[in-house]
Amino acid sequence: METLIQQILNGLVLGSLYSLIALGYTMVYGILNLINFAHGDVLMVGALTALTTIMFLKAQFPEAPGWVLLIAGTVVAIPVCVIVSLVIERVAYRPLRNAPRLAPLITAIGVSITLQTLAMIIWGRNYMTFPQLLPQDPIQFAGATVTNTKILVIALSAIIMIGLMLLVNRTRLGRAMRATAENPRVAGLMGVNPDFVIAVTFAIGAALAAVAGVMIAATYGVAHFYMGFLPGLKAFTAAVLGGIGNIPGAMVGGILLGLIEALGAGYIGQLTGGILGSHYQDVFAFIVLCLVLIVRPSGLLGERIADRA
Amino acid sequence: MTLFFPSLRDKPAAAFAAMCAVGVVLLVLPFAAGYFGNAWVRALAFAALYVMLALGLNIVVGFAGLLDLGYIAFYAVGAYTYALLASPHLIGNFEAVAAAFPQGLHTSIWLVIPMGAAIAAFFGVILGAPVLKLRGDYLAIVTLGFGEIIRIFLNNLNAPLNFTNGPQGITLIDPVTIVGLNFGRTVDIGFTTLPSVYLYYYLFLFLMLVTIVICIRLQDSRLGRAWMAIREDDIAAKAMGINVRNVKLLAFALGATFGGVSGTMFSAFQGFVSPESFSLMESIIVLAMIVLGGLGHIPGVILGAVLLSIFPELLRHTVVPIQEQLFGKVLMDAEVLRMLLYGLAMVFIMLYRPKGLWPAPEHGVNPAARPGKPQTA
Amino acid sequence: MSDTILEVKGVNKRFGGLQALSEVGVHIERGQIYGLIGPNGAGKTTFFNVITGLYTPDSGTFELDRKPYSPSAPHKVAEAGIARTFQNIRLFPDMTALENVMVGRHVRTKATALGAVLRTRATLLEEAAIRKRSLELLDYVGIAKYADYQARTLAYGDQRRLEIARALATDPKLLALDEPAAGMNATEKMSLRGLLSNIRKDSATILLIEHDVKLVMGLCDRVTVLDYGKIIAEGTPADVQRNAAVIEAYLGGAHKPAGKEAA
Repeated sequence: METLIQQILNGLVLGSLYSLIALGYTMVYGILNLINFAHGDVLMVGALTALTTIMFLKAQFPEAPGWVLLIAGTVVAIPVCVIVSLVIERVAYRPLRNAPRLAPLITAIGVSITLQTLAMIIWGRNYMTFPQLLPQDPIQFAGATVTNTKILVIALSAIIMIGLMLLVNRTRLGRAMRATAENPRVAGLMGVNPDFVIAVTFAIGAALAAVAGVMIAATYGVAHFYMGFLPGLKAFTAAVLGGIGNIPGAMVGGILLGLIEALGAGYIGQLTGGILGSHYQDVFAFIVLCLVLIVRPSGLLGERIADRA
Repeated sequence: MTLFFPSLRDKPAAAFAAMCAVGVVLLVLPFAAGYFGNAWVRALAFAALYVMLALGLNIVVGFAGLLDLGYIAFYAVGAYTYALLASPHLIGNFEAVAAAFPQGLHTSIWLVIPMGAAIAAFFGVILGAPVLKLRGDYLAIVTLGFGEIIRIFLNNLNAPLNFTNGPQGITLIDPVTIVGLNFGRTVDIGFTTLPSVYLYYYLFLFLMLVTIVICIRLQDSRLGRAWMAIREDDIAAKAMGINVRNVKLLAFALGATFGGVSGTMFSAFQGFVSPESFSLMESIIVLAMIVLGGLGHIPGVILGAVLLSIFPELLRHTVVPIQEQLFGKVLMDAEVLRMLLYGLAMVFIMLYRPKGLWPAPEHGVNPAARPGKPQTA
Repeated sequence: MSDTILEVKGVNKRFGGLQALSEVGVHIERGQIYGLIGPNGAGKTTFFNVITGLYTPDSGTFELDRKPYSPSAPHKVAEAGIARTFQNIRLFPDMTALENVMVGRHVRTKATALGAVLRTRATLLEEAAIRKRSLELLDYVGIAKYADYQARTLAYGDQRRLEIARALATDPKLLALDEPAAGMNATEKMSLRGLLSNIRKDSATILLIEHDVKLVMGLCDRVTVLDYGKIIAEGTPADVQRNAAVIEAYLGGAHKPAGKEAA
């Protein structure tokens, strides 16, 4: 049984990852009203690309320090993910912008499956080990143990999210993004190119997913073609929890979901008198998802969705 | 028949003849397929099962317009119901049950089908009631969540009390027995013998036909109109006195029932169930079948189900040898190729033929001339 | 003409900072054609939405045919006996005209899924009755020849008639029409006027929102005028037309230039 501090720390790590991924979902939904089902698989592509890069460099430069390899892997993963995401947007989503809602959802599912199978073909079905690149000596902190990787995850995510908030709130591009999210046509009339803004939104989301993917692989030491499904779904839950379409909401939702999951998994044995064990951890996210959508679909920070006659 | 080929509406003789022809083909089909091996007859039996599943989901998605991504959960419920009631599992794990059923637990299929249907319908109602007011994509995600929750529970309800036997699943499930005829064995009918898989094919064929008739009758009824009205404009439907919530719930429950009954059949046929057979991918495959075939159009749905269940079998037998011939090794095994094609199919159908391969013909007269200047009907 | 069909009192409805309706009510006798008029934004459709259950009011009492009813859900209101049409026509576009009207019969029929599947005699008889009545209604409003046409292919005026037929199919005690003449030309309006007179003759009661002053004056027995969510006048068309407050609401105050049209 781990201490409360440990659970909270684990929750923060998990939550930071969810936040990064949730941002991608929420930004795309805010602009296009589309759930980008394939977003989780973009993070998988990022992780696997990074892995390949790292293994390649490791073979070429066996003496290179771990953190250099990690950065190199991430640096390669980001543009790959961005390109994949932009292609998806252009080919599968853009033609269906005015179609009934069912259509882009089905296409998104189709894209998700396609990405998974392509990954299966390129990288094979097996789970692959992601090497430990950072020194893993545990550090004692207030009764809990952390590793360098975990600290990195929390710190990096925080920095990225601050950067994103600055981008969205303080820059011209950010203003354009917010305007397009509110009303694409009017934004267009004001001189904003909605296609461009949408592309940028996808690109940013993809970059965040790439980083998240690498960090997930680094934290858990494993990568495989299906690794994006569960984190993707949970991150979507986080986005809805915080209020879909709402950027601070995605961050809040992510951290909150991470904490709920960590604490829940830690204490579920006690809560249910030993009937349910911690392998029900994944169910927590799903239950939160269902509860939020049923009880408060607008999320914690989102606006009420009204239905006028 | 006129549903499939509306041009036959005025020619009852031709329609009847066509129906007979199709009937004969369906009866003889397993013998033709069996020439190539029993595996093909098995594929045909599964195709009939998938048609039933697809028609069930079609009620939910096609008729009532509710996007359900967790449909396979009802299939699972039906399958596990039969598995628990007609196998040694409960007896082996619970002494109370062993004491109550000293001869073993062999619940008759006649009892299990209604039970499976009822339990699945029950799940349909409790899953549907809280969520049916949600918007399209949210409903999709919640139903996906429900499907996954059920699968996780099936996977883990093996401790502290072993209900489902976890990932190993439940084995030694009884085959179907009807009036003494055991479908698990080869049967001698005088001039030939029918292997068990042929018997299941005919059973599923019969059930499939019953399902088709039920769906057609539902579509052309007061309820079917209510579903269509809700799909087109649910506010106007409410204003016209339709209790939208209950009607949607009914669609969900009916769809669940079909899933449940198909599940019991699957369980008996395969003799073995495990949570693996009820993954998200399966839900998506059934959805792909109705979308590809023609959402809401019964003939289209049947076409989609048949294509998407037979085609992968064809692939399995051709793809590997072809790749070995061309490339000297297997780049993608049949399973991967099948999934890839599902994914690509879903994307391309939505882009280029969003109404499906066999969509409903234009409903009602649609005058090419300006409205207000129609030809007499 | 001395029994009350609809008695609504004291309806208040606030949307955030806007008081959309303040103490609004109507009193409609059986067989009347009752008009609800007022400038754009006065709250007429909001009032409609309240009495038909689409919006929940903050307060108000509602009685239909002397029996209290609670406008909590649109389908219950339809069941109680108020049928409505919409300002921006809400037909079922891909269903045929006949099917649209048949949907209207839903609330007064009871065939179940089981009956449909088993094709019981009762179900088949009911289906035939639904069909027959729906065709009659299509004929009544004058579009019988378009019975098998997809609703969205009908001419605009015919679509409005179809919506009325569909509402009539619910056997309503009160027919509530939201701007039925909007977008019609003069001929179509004359035709509509005839139809509405016929409906009244067959002793259905009509509540009407309309902008066309001529139509309202010529057709309505009594009129209520709303402005900014409040009743500013109530009475016969002739009285209301002369009412100073009404003139000011539509045409502006004394200082506005003469001849300025209402919004």
